[in-house]
Amino acid sequence: MIWLAIVLGAAGTYLEKLIGFILPATVLDRPIIRSIAGLLPVALLAALVIVQTFATGQALSVDARLAGLAVAIVALMLRAPFLVVILSAAITAGVLRATGVAA
Amino acid sequence: MQLPPARRRAIRSNALGIAIATGAYGLSFGAISIASGLTIWQAQALSVLMFTGASQFALVGILGAGGGIAAAVLTAWFLGARNGLYGLHVAPTLQLRGWRRLLAAQLTIDESTAMAVAHEDTTAASRHAFWATGISVFVLWNVGTALGAIGASLLSEPEILGLDAAIPAGFMALLWPRLKDRLSRAVACAGGLVALALIPITAPGVPVLGSALIAVAAGVWVWRRA
Repeated sequence: MIWLAIVLGAAGTYLEKLIGFILPATVLDRPIIRSIAGLLPVALLAALVIVQTFATGQALSVDARLAGLAVAIVALMLRAPFLVVILSAAITAGVLRATGVAA
Repeated sequence: MQLPPARRRAIRSNALGIAIATGAYGLSFGAISIASGLTIWQAQALSVLMFTGASQFALVGILGAGGGIAAAVLTAWFLGARNGLYGLHVAPTLQLRGWRRLLAAQLTIDESTAMAVAHEDTTAASRHAFWATGISVFVLWNVGTALGAIGASLLSEPEILGLDAAIPAGFMALLWPRLKDRLSRAVACAGGLVALALIPITAPGVPVLGSALIAVAAGVWVWRRA
């Protein structure tokens, strides 16, 4: 099942990359395509942040992940490198759980 | 036109710097993949075959959260759509045929495109920047994935370490540099709210896909106003 997702996902993302090299610019280079393609990552990544923070299956829950995200945002505001952002979120959640402050 | 050796070195060291940063990020991708229930080989296959960070994180995140294959694959495709526009931009500079074009396509990502664009003063510099960045990021992204996946698989309970909290932080770090203008911030807020509203009433994975509608609506709105 996971392998099927990997193969289908990778085949599609490769075709997307290749299409820019193969299709003539006039087909793809339209303002509407440009503006939608530019905004898609913004909407999807924001949705992924929310889902991965609050969803447990179909239930909404507030737990240590939210504290981790808050710390990550502070790290981003301080222009911390990617690994520091990730680790600060993980450590925050880990410590809160280990001390029984949050689930 | 031949590229002066000093310029060549400068481009390569710049590319290596970007690749080292991406490698660190590959480390977290590998670890998060294991925490989401993938095997080491599955994480590695994604980094070799898919090789576009946001799509990889999304696929793994949605599968890990219990979303179906369709939702995971569609989200990965939506996130990868921008690479097609990158290809459109770099193809005239690279001027490739045959296997080199097939290889260049796989290396067409945020980092290699940004470096090629930043060195557009000469064709030779732009080409060198694309290849140097694409190849070094590919290598270190995959090395990072392997180390992260192997490291995380040695841990018994990744949740205790808060690895699940690293996932939203990772998406936030990907989103952060894209929030430059008011339109992007508005789209991010609306996309997040749509996802939040859909979580209790749809299957896992669907809330993220639903937010794509916001991007389409905003894109059409911008296009009609222009």
